[in-house]
Amino acid sequence: MSDTILEVRNLKKYFKTSRGMLHAVDDISFTLERGKTLGIVGESGCGKSTTGRCILRLIEPTSGEVIFDGEDVLQLSGHSLRERRADMQIIFQDPFSSLNPRKTVMQTIAEGVEMRGKYRTKAEIEGRVLELMETVGLAERLINSYPHELDGGRRQRIGVARALAVEPKLIICDEPVSALDVSIQAQILNLLKELQRKLGLTYIFITHDLAVVNHISDEIMVMYLGQTVEKAPSEELFKNPTHPYTKALLSAIPIPKVGGPKRERILLKGEVSSPIEPGDVCRFAKRCSYACEACQKGCPALKETAPGHLVSCHLFGSPGK
Amino acid sequence: MNAENRENLRPDQENVLEIDHLTVHYVLEDETVEAVNDISIQLKKGKIMGLVGETGAGKTSTALAVLNLIPDPPGVIRSGRVLINGRDMLKLSKKELEEVRGSEVSMIFQDPMTSLNPVFTVGEQIAESIRLHEKCDQKKAMERAEEMLSLVGIPPERAAEYPHQFSGGMKQRVVIAIALACNPHLLLADEPTTALDVTIQAQVLDLMVNLKQKMNTSMIFITHDLGIVAEICDEVAVMYAGRIIERGTLDDIFNHTRHPYTEGLFNSLPDIDNRTAELKPIPGLMPDPTMLPKGCAFAPRCPYARPECIETPQKEQAVSDTHFVMCSAYQDPSFRIQRQEVFYE
Ligand SMILES: Nc1ncnc2c1ncn2[C@@H]1O[C@H](COP(=O)(O)OP(=O)(O)OP(=O)(O)O)[C@@H](O)[C@H]1O
Ligand SMILES: Nc1ncnc2c1ncn2[C@@H]1O[C@H](COP(=O)(O)OP(=O)(O)OP(=O)(O)O)[C@@H](O)[C@H]1O
Ligand code: SF4
Ligand SMILES: [Mg+2]
Ligand SMILES: [Mg+2]
Repeated sequence: MSDTILEVRNLKKYFKTSRGMLHAVDDISFTLERGKTLGIVGESGCGKSTTGRCILRLIEPTSGEVIFDGEDVLQLSGHSLRERRADMQIIFQDPFSSLNPRKTVMQTIAEGVEMRGKYRTKAEIEGRVLELMETVGLAERLINSYPHELDGGRRQRIGVARALAVEPKLIICDEPVSALDVSIQAQILNLLKELQRKLGLTYIFITHDLAVVNHISDEIMVMYLGQTVEKAPSEELFKNPTHPYTKALLSAIPIPKVGGPKRERILLKGEVSSPIEPGDVCRFAKRCSYACEACQKGCPALKETAPGHLVSCHLFGSPGK
Repeated sequence: MNAENRENLRPDQENVLEIDHLTVHYVLEDETVEAVNDISIQLKKGKIMGLVGETGAGKTSTALAVLNLIPDPPGVIRSGRVLINGRDMLKLSKKELEEVRGSEVSMIFQDPMTSLNPVFTVGEQIAESIRLHEKCDQKKAMERAEEMLSLVGIPPERAAEYPHQFSGGMKQRVVIAIALACNPHLLLADEPTTALDVTIQAQVLDLMVNLKQKMNTSMIFITHDLGIVAEICDEVAVMYAGRIIERGTLDDIFNHTRHPYTEGLFNSLPDIDNRTAELKPIPGLMPDPTMLPKGCAFAPRCPYARPECIETPQKEQAVSDTHFVMCSAYQDPSFRIQRQEVFYE
């Protein structure tokens, strides 16, 4: 039986600019099962962070529905919104700027612990903070340290502990390991996986590192200029990339090997379309080497090309092609 | 100083950058962070050197020292020379420094917001930097700015927007556009592409390689991404706890790895062809930079550590003309690390 924790329907976020509406997120829909990880990848500026922020209502979406455990988060307000928000936490890329420099490790994590109101006395709260520090692998002696005294890996562990403190069901990880070196990155990824196993957490994992997203996600969604262009189980996506943008993306992954056979890289040429009033065309058309007349005439819909594999491209899924 | 004199001053004509025994510490109230400890680097004209290593290893501090931009206090350059085209950056006057920073060296900072001004549009900021280096009017500079924007994959019509209207990666690209617009002799790039997707990253890396080929620009490229190093660098230096613990050509480092820390880095990488393989991070954490061990700083985490490693400071040893490693285990000629040497047909 499927156990859906999050369903996003027709989510849109437009920003007003001097030259018209900027379609940052333009009609995104997906469902996510409890205990699973959805990876989101895509061009820088394609709306990944905005999608995450809209789900948490850190910014107000223009329209759409965000159904979390059966309730539309966008319809909530006051107390019930606060409750729901606590179920969803976010971890940011830069553990430095997202932590308050004037708060110690203890104060930062305690803030999250207090949010649920489950632990009340000072001793209870401190006990819980220590428990969380142990969970994420922070030594007890660091309890009174300030963020600037710690390295990036330890700072990111505070970010994880703070998110966990609220006892969330869903964590949105927005490039949580991009700023870390590969060894600390591996430590944090192992930690996130272990927490998922133990606590049944659900993740949305935003990153540019395709080896990382492949490793951590069950399913991957590829975005381009505010829209989903492809979504598939991770293995299927890497085995069978279908959308021309996904193909270019996978071909551009720099491989840490020297001297071996060179891979063919698909170079994207042509002008990048603007997200401001993009119009009813395929947004990738200007850079796509397969673009045909149909691509200029309408924005392709998402179609299923194999079980669980969705693609939005005029070349695929429509009968007769 | 005219160009001819400058040529005469160069000890080695070929080296655009020479760092000699540089030591940088941050002196805090009750402790001293030993960020960079006695490192030396030579960089030839038209070469790209990848600088990799643990978070906090001292990569950014090294780059800042090259520009004589270490914040003081708390930073102190304890010793060393930094020669750019033969001139010691650590001895120049304020005015001379500004001249060199403007015309010969550019830096792409790790955090794009340190270089962007929130109250000017991104187009204005690129144009401003172009006007500092080329004599041209405002209109021409703006046209060039828009051209630079589209080169880094941002639609030129977005030149009129402010930094806060851009995503993280878009801001980073603006900073790259500013640095590249000046055609510097030496470019210090501090994790310039971490916030970019791989297609845009490939485009930006192509721009940099172009600059190297056309203008003979030399670069120090700081990154955590060993894939990028493999793709664009000529040489690699691996830093750990303020020291360069291994350096060499790409082939030396990737295919004939010698230092146990470098081996640990390669083992930590997720394998894109095997998504379920367990990640093997190096156990433990970097030593506290205010209390560095007296022997090898990696010894507490090193699977090969012997008593000597903990006791004696390490010296750099030559593996070949190009390949150097700072590890005493090689005094035992039968010592081999496990990472296999790679041979391609
Ligand atoms: N506050 C804002 N005002 C105007 N435009 C905005 C604002 N925030 C984001 N945008 C625009 O919305 C689009 C999506 O931005 P978003 O930050 O979601 O991208 P992203 O996919 O997270 O990119 P990156 O990978 O670079 O972080 C971009 O075109 C950006 O310029
Ligand atoms: N202004 C400062 N005051 C005190 N300590 C500092 C300062 N700047 C850097 N440090 C310390 O110096 C050491 C080296 O830092 P540096 O930023 O050079 O490392 P890095 O290799 O660039 O790391 P990263 O990969 O995280 O960017 C670290 O321990 C850091 O905490
Ligand atoms: S010197 Fe010893 S401890 Fe240091 S890296 Fe070499 S073997 Fe390991
Ligand atoms: Mg983002
Ligand atoms: Mg740095």
